[in-house]
Amino acid sequence: MNKKSSYRLIQGNEAAAEGALAAGVSFFAGYPITPSTEIAEILADRLPANGGTFIQMEDEIGSIAAIIGASIGGRKVLTATSGPGFSLMQENLGFACLAEVPLVIVNVMRGGPSTGMPTSPSQGDVMQARWGTHGDHPIIVLSPGSVEEAFHYTVKAVNFAEKYRNPVIVLMDEIIGHMRARVSLPPTSMIERVNRVHPNMPPEWYLPYERSATGVAPMASFGDGYRHHVTGLVHDAKGFPTADPNEARNNIRGLFTKIERGFRELCLVDYEFMDDAEHAIIAYGGMVLSARSALEQLRKSGRKVGLIKLGTLWPFPRFALEQYLPQLKTILVPELNMGQIYREVLRVNAGKAVVEKLNRVNGTIITPNEIVKTVKGLIR
Amino acid sequence: MISNSELVNKYFRHNKKFPHIWCPGCGIGTILGNMLRAIDALALDKNEIAFVSGIGCTGRAPVYVDFNTLHTTHGRALPFATGLKLARPELKVLVATGDGDATAIGGNHLIHACRRNIDITTIIFNNYIYGMTGGQYSPTTPHGDKASTCKLGNIERPFNISQLVEAAGATFVGRTTSYHTLQLQSIIKKAIMHKGFSVVEVITHCPTTYGHINKKGSAVDMLKWQKEVAVDKSRADKMDPKELEGKIITGILMEKQLPEFCEQYDTIIEKAQSLKNNQQGESK
Repeated sequence: MNKKSSYRLIQGNEAAAEGALAAGVSFFAGYPITPSTEIAEILADRLPANGGTFIQMEDEIGSIAAIIGASIGGRKVLTATSGPGFSLMQENLGFACLAEVPLVIVNVMRGGPSTGMPTSPSQGDVMQARWGTHGDHPIIVLSPGSVEEAFHYTVKAVNFAEKYRNPVIVLMDEIIGHMRARVSLPPTSMIERVNRVHPNMPPEWYLPYERSATGVAPMASFGDGYRHHVTGLVHDAKGFPTADPNEARNNIRGLFTKIERGFRELCLVDYEFMDDAEHAIIAYGGMVLSARSALEQLRKSGRKVGLIKLGTLWPFPRFALEQYLPQLKTILVPELNMGQIYREVLRVNAGKAVVEKLNRVNGTIITPNEIVKTVKGLIR
Repeated sequence: MISNSELVNKYFRHNKKFPHIWCPGCGIGTILGNMLRAIDALALDKNEIAFVSGIGCTGRAPVYVDFNTLHTTHGRALPFATGLKLARPELKVLVATGDGDATAIGGNHLIHACRRNIDITTIIFNNYIYGMTGGQYSPTTPHGDKASTCKLGNIERPFNISQLVEAAGATFVGRTTSYHTLQLQSIIKKAIMHKGFSVVEVITHCPTTYGHINKKGSAVDMLKWQKEVAVDKSRADKMDPKELEGKIITGILMEKQLPEFCEQYDTIIEKAQSLKNNQQGESK
């Protein structure tokens, strides 16, 4: 087997599809929507050749329902969509949170609200990814900042979903989704694959929602002899509906506990030129590219600016910012929305540094020069 | 035939907190019981049965029985079941859904599941009303009947579920009532054995809401009504349409063999794999 990485010129969407295959995804259900459709097209071709399954459903409600069903059947599953489809998926996303069903949604963000600007970039779904489905729930959201990361983050998303029995959203923007770059894809043998923990006790002892020391309960697949009940109702350790306040508390708090225990592992953050930085740019997704380019110019002109690149948006990696607050005078958050991560930054900053936002919602990107100009203005 | 106590011992979950949620006189228990008798008669392995439902009174059926059970969101049982069946084709997948769940909020999923002809058996418990929320009109509430959201009479025309699913492409359609229990068992048995998408529409009664507001009498009176309006297909075929007005035709209404979805997908896998092997051969 080829152990060397292969270089290819591919799109972010293609990289995400390759990541899904590399992570062992064997089931995809989806519905066509710009700008994510390439992911469905690629997997429609590639999955059956690997013995996997692709199905085009009647809508995005059915798409996420089908992948939940397949995940309960033991498959690693993924779907891909964009804003309007992501809105339709919110109902069953909540089901997967409460029933603790591993799955990955790739949301290639486009301009919104509503039909919005289907072929234009946006980062408007950050808060929707966090809170879109009703009720209190934890969620894992990763945001690739390059085509190569679209591959690696999709692999990580599948692994996190399996490990934590939780839905994971790969929140890509149209910039990354449709950008082509020469990337090195590691051979499949080099990819770390995490599988959900299956029960090993006799079936009559199995309690589908009794958490192990990790905070996550072993998950049996339908058909494996561990007959059990899965529901979207608040349930007890047996999986049966309950209205008992203690059991209900254990159910909901347990969802949070498992994510809190994995918090450090779940937080993907990179730092560039932060050691001596007095000013920080906090960016994610396609805005990382503009921010990085701006950073180069600012450093060349002697400004002590650094970049905090958020790979994980939720749970929000607050420590990434907190550790630098004593040395920071200003923070700039460029986003293709009206300031969604900005509000998180404000919250964590708690009045210490000057926090400024730079926003765009017209279907175009924020250029490096605009970031340079804004940072220079802030420093002055 | 299996006795009632044997049925309870063999198929009900003894570690589940009973009592069940259904009202006295409800028809759902009768349908569930006869579904279990059909499964028992077919000697199916409990491990190989997945029982999937949506929301509503009918949606609660799976929790009580000892299969692989999945209680999904409102109207979505069929796409969940579709994913599960495709992932585990060896499972016998049964879906329990009510008239609102199947034909209102889940109507789109229903027609597409019919069209795909995936090997799933769907039992539609049709009691003409949303029972769990207190009796609002559904897509099958008869024209002119009352409900809590149409106290002056329903002005919408109802779906004929069996006709709907046949037109949408189901390859097995059966209809009966919760009065005709032996026919119910027999049709469910045949539906499970059918390769492809099968629908069993069961006319049943909600004495608490639909029966009460429409003055249909007790549960027994409503069962008597089911007995009176049912006409077996063999008899109905010889009657003229005028005689059949207000009647409900029961029996196996339609049955045909067409390629099943999972089997067809297997051929796609074979084709894709041989294509891949050929391409790899050429590149060498």
